[in-house]
Amino acid sequence: MITIIDYNTGNIGSIKNILKKIGVDSRITNKKEDIKKATKLILPGVGSFDTGMKNLKKNNLVELLNEKVLSEKIHILGICLGAQLMTNKSEEGKEKGLGWFDADTKKFDLKNISGRWPLPNIGWRDIQINMNLKSNLLSGLNKNPRFYFVHSYYISCKNKDNISMRSEYGHPFTCGLQRDNIYCVQFHPEKSHRFGMKLFQNFADL
Amino acid sequence: MKVRHRYIPILLIKDNGIYKTRRFKKPKYIGDPINIVKIFNEKEVDEIVLLDIDASKKKRPPNYELLKDITSECFMPVSYGGGIKSIEIARELLSIGVEKIIVNSSAWFNSVLIKELVEIFGSSTIIGSVDIKKNWRNKYYMKVLSGTKRIYMNPFKWIKSLEEDGIGELLVTSIDKDGEMSGYDKYLVDNITKLVSIPVIAAGGASNYGDLKEIIDINNASAAAAGSLFVFHGKHRAVLITYPNEEDRQ
Repeated sequence: MITIIDYNTGNIGSIKNILKKIGVDSRITNKKEDIKKATKLILPGVGSFDTGMKNLKKNNLVELLNEKVLSEKIHILGICLGAQLMTNKSEEGKEKGLGWFDADTKKFDLKNISGRWPLPNIGWRDIQINMNLKSNLLSGLNKNPRFYFVHSYYISCKNKDNISMRSEYGHPFTCGLQRDNIYCVQFHPEKSHRFGMKLFQNFADL
Repeated sequence: MKVRHRYIPILLIKDNGIYKTRRFKKPKYIGDPINIVKIFNEKEVDEIVLLDIDASKKKRPPNYELLKDITSECFMPVSYGGGIKSIEIARELLSIGVEKIIVNSSAWFNSVLIKELVEIFGSSTIIGSVDIKKNWRNKYYMKVLSGTKRIYMNPFKWIKSLEEDGIGELLVTSIDKDGEMSGYDKYLVDNITKLVSIPVIAAGGASNYGDLKEIIDINNASAAAAGSLFVFHGKHRAVLITYPNEEDRQ
């Protein structure tokens, strides 16, 4: 059973949908009791950084998440905004992030790069997997993996050993991090056909 | 690393079916929405745009039941437009698995709607859409309500104001080219991609995969959308769902 955290940011029905498609049980909840009992979490989200953090706080989830993830060390997957919230801070807002990775969220600055690079970065992008990590989340995904992205901000991580995936839009950027039990991806695996299904299957199997 | 092109089928919903129009008229029945979406899903389509061409015109809300059935089959991004008059409607659509909200006529009739939607759901969730036609002097003008009502405002000014209100993408459809399969209105797309800095989705007129590639490579569209190209085959327009595979994309 995977617990999907509902903190009023965007389309989480599609995550439940794809999990159902691959035969994995999940529930969507914002209740502390449910999250307390969770054995595996997904932190989804679209929208702005500050709204996301404020909604987590409004639901009194920050402390509980820290406990589940940092002390209990259950597996968690952050998606899109959910991934960015795992960093220290974002150029998009003033709120402090969860800080689970030694990373910041930055805005794409592509003005001085030749070519037309409109933002948000929307579409399917090829990704490169950091093979040194031997990430279980990404096993079986080494053959031309591609995922669907929608974002204007990206993650910049100081600890290169935590970078699980990179992609490119105007310049190379990090699109996945991993540290112990904590995983995050900038793209939308729930909207990425078989590539997404494989990633979720791997997460379910962790 | 080359950025992968985005090719988007636009599917028009009417009376629980998928239809295809010509110049926004003469809707021709294509098939059952669920079946069609399933086929596109199998072809690993980049994303899909669904437009309910009756909703705003008939002043009715989106067909949630149908959309729910469709999105449960979609493991790619789905954008929906048609009858999105309020925050509540947008919220309901997002909750049933629609990824992005497309607003056209409603933005014209409610000048604060886009701003409100952007503030609540974020820019990247909101697509602004405009339907553009040429008059007898070759000047562009806009129409709303599925091409039934003419708007007397400079379309380029309107597009700029949509960008300022925060839309994350712009869908531009040439009414004159719709269903004609005679190529995109490249001049129109050129003008708009020079005007705005957000991604532009070009629609109307694509007749082959080369058109899709060119409107992106040469005219700077961020995505190429098409209807007829993906649902018709041959000069008699037999219904056949097709989509470029990896080889076609080269």
